[in-house]
Amino acid sequence: MSNQPTTLFDKVWDAHVVRKIADGPDVLFIDRHFIHEVTSPVAFLGLESRGIGVLFPNRTFATADHNTPTINQHLPVEDPLSANQLKALETNTAKYGISHWGLGHQKNGIVHVVGPENGITLPGMTIVCGDSHTSTHGAFGAIAFGIGTSEVEMVLASQCIMQPKPKKMRITINGQLGKGVLPKDAVLYIISQISASGATGYFVEYAGDVFENMSMEGRMTVCNMSIEMGARGGMIAPDEKTFAYLNGREQSPKGEAWENAVAYWQTLKTDEGAGFDLEYTYNAADIEPQITYGTNPGLGTGITRHIPKAADVLDGAASYAKSLNYMGFAEDESILEKPIDYVFLGSCTNGRIEDFRAFASIVKGRKKADNVTAWLVPGSHIVEAQIKEEGILDILTDAGFQLRQPGCSACLAMNDDKIPAGKYAVSTSNRNFEGRQGPGARTLLASPLVAAAAAITGKVTDPREFL
Amino acid sequence: MAYDKFTILTSSAVPLPLENVDTDQIIPARFLKATERKGFGDNLFRDWRYNGDDTPKADFVLNNPLYSGKILVGGRNFGSGSSREHAAWAIYDYGFRCVVSSFFADIFKNNSINVGILPVTVTPEFLDKIFQAIEKDANSELTVNLAEQTITIVSTGESESFDINGYKKHNLINGYDDIDYLQAMKEEIGVFEAARPY
Repeated sequence: MSNQPTTLFDKVWDAHVVRKIADGPDVLFIDRHFIHEVTSPVAFLGLESRGIGVLFPNRTFATADHNTPTINQHLPVEDPLSANQLKALETNTAKYGISHWGLGHQKNGIVHVVGPENGITLPGMTIVCGDSHTSTHGAFGAIAFGIGTSEVEMVLASQCIMQPKPKKMRITINGQLGKGVLPKDAVLYIISQISASGATGYFVEYAGDVFENMSMEGRMTVCNMSIEMGARGGMIAPDEKTFAYLNGREQSPKGEAWENAVAYWQTLKTDEGAGFDLEYTYNAADIEPQITYGTNPGLGTGITRHIPKAADVLDGAASYAKSLNYMGFAEDESILEKPIDYVFLGSCTNGRIEDFRAFASIVKGRKKADNVTAWLVPGSHIVEAQIKEEGILDILTDAGFQLRQPGCSACLAMNDDKIPAGKYAVSTSNRNFEGRQGPGARTLLASPLVAAAAAITGKVTDPREFL
Repeated sequence: MAYDKFTILTSSAVPLPLENVDTDQIIPARFLKATERKGFGDNLFRDWRYNGDDTPKADFVLNNPLYSGKILVGGRNFGSGSSREHAAWAIYDYGFRCVVSSFFADIFKNNSINVGILPVTVTPEFLDKIFQAIEKDANSELTVNLAEQTITIVSTGESESFDINGYKKHNLINGYDDIDYLQAMKEEIGVFEAARPY
């Protein structure tokens, strides 16, 4: 060990390098591998055709989430293709001895929600999954990133992955977020500043007062969206808040192992003077509730602002025009007061208890607008149970909302939760790409507070009016 | 899964001069429900290529008989978004072996190489020249030489070199993949695993 100041990222990465290949990638050991029904079947087929098995099945964890229905989960899945994928996950995990929390299992939920809430995700780990929002787990000081199916097969076969080491970026926000400004707003703000490709090639560390003061749920929301700025992943140094969140979780280390783990985790921070390839610094006071108006997550702005003119955005003019045309918006229009049709609260970005608390804080004692269809989808059964225990379900029901069952749902619309063509949805999910929430659907990404305000008024509304 | 070795490719190209072509456009999520890797090319750029009633959209480049070839040329930040390897499968299955852009999203780039598609990153200026050459003559050919790491516009002779690490280049030229390499490291990996605290 040298005394050279080192970044958090380097500390974790370097501890997992099994071999360095000259003029090639590093062979990186993977501590935890999450799989789901959509990106794993072809990987298992690959193992079979090669005649090889799963090297360390206890390091892989399966949950069904992407295509699962969010109502009547006790009934057989109607869509035969989805049912087939769920069956394949069940069969493959049984065959290789992999833990499987399928549909109906009490621990089932979105992979990036259930990993942390069960203590499977820990600081200092390397974590991968065939899903780009694996970056979520970086909230715990882990190196976590999304991979393709060939790489899923690779990790099943060898518990390793071949990766060139990314460059390092630090994004610092100091100060205090204002009233009604949530972690989602902080990350949407960052993406609007650096664009949807601004961090491509980098691994991001989030630092400064705002992230230090943020809850673990908030940190997960921020790290989750790292991929939306193009980053391989994002991470936040673990601290007392991290340890408190993990202490006592089902699969967290216990007793002496816990003490040893915490002692190690306390070393996982960027040393003073350690170098980054690129740094950005922002002021929390500049961030208001955000909303997107275009078809990539970088096309967002403060909710009280106007849609920028083409000359003022980082994207090219042709792409920008196509984007606004798809959304049915024009340059320099106000976004406030735009009528909306759907509200989606959920996803691996904002499907945790804190998000439901925020949503409930606005709808409490009010009524859902008649013109709005709202889909409220908890990230897991554990979140769902918490919503009931805390009395949030009663608040939602009184305001005219229904709670659905856990899953990825309308975030990517693989199940029946599709926003119809041409309709506007204020969504707490992570992507506003064309057709992401259903063919022709128009998505405005925002925080749970902005979603709640829109659900009450039926139009884009500044949530601070209700706080 | 085995793929065709990549050495030298000379082909006309299909232009898609848009930025931020995300993997949800390359293959929408509702077409990710297969448990086998086949037929994804039919749904490549599904919602840009077909109307809701499955009739082709005449103004989309894949439906324009003028353009064909094994090379797809896209605007900057090609392949952003979801990690779905199905996007690379769809591009390969449709018949492309090479994608050219001035900037690729990371995961897409990895996925492409893993399925045998060569992603070639060129300068924005050279990308413009390629688009101009294709605009002038839809049959305009490009030559991509992996061993030499060069891409050439055949009609003008203009050429640029591109980066790829030596390991991945060796894999693509020989049709190897990472699992072949890792299988030979099992013992070393076992020793490493045994020392992990959790």
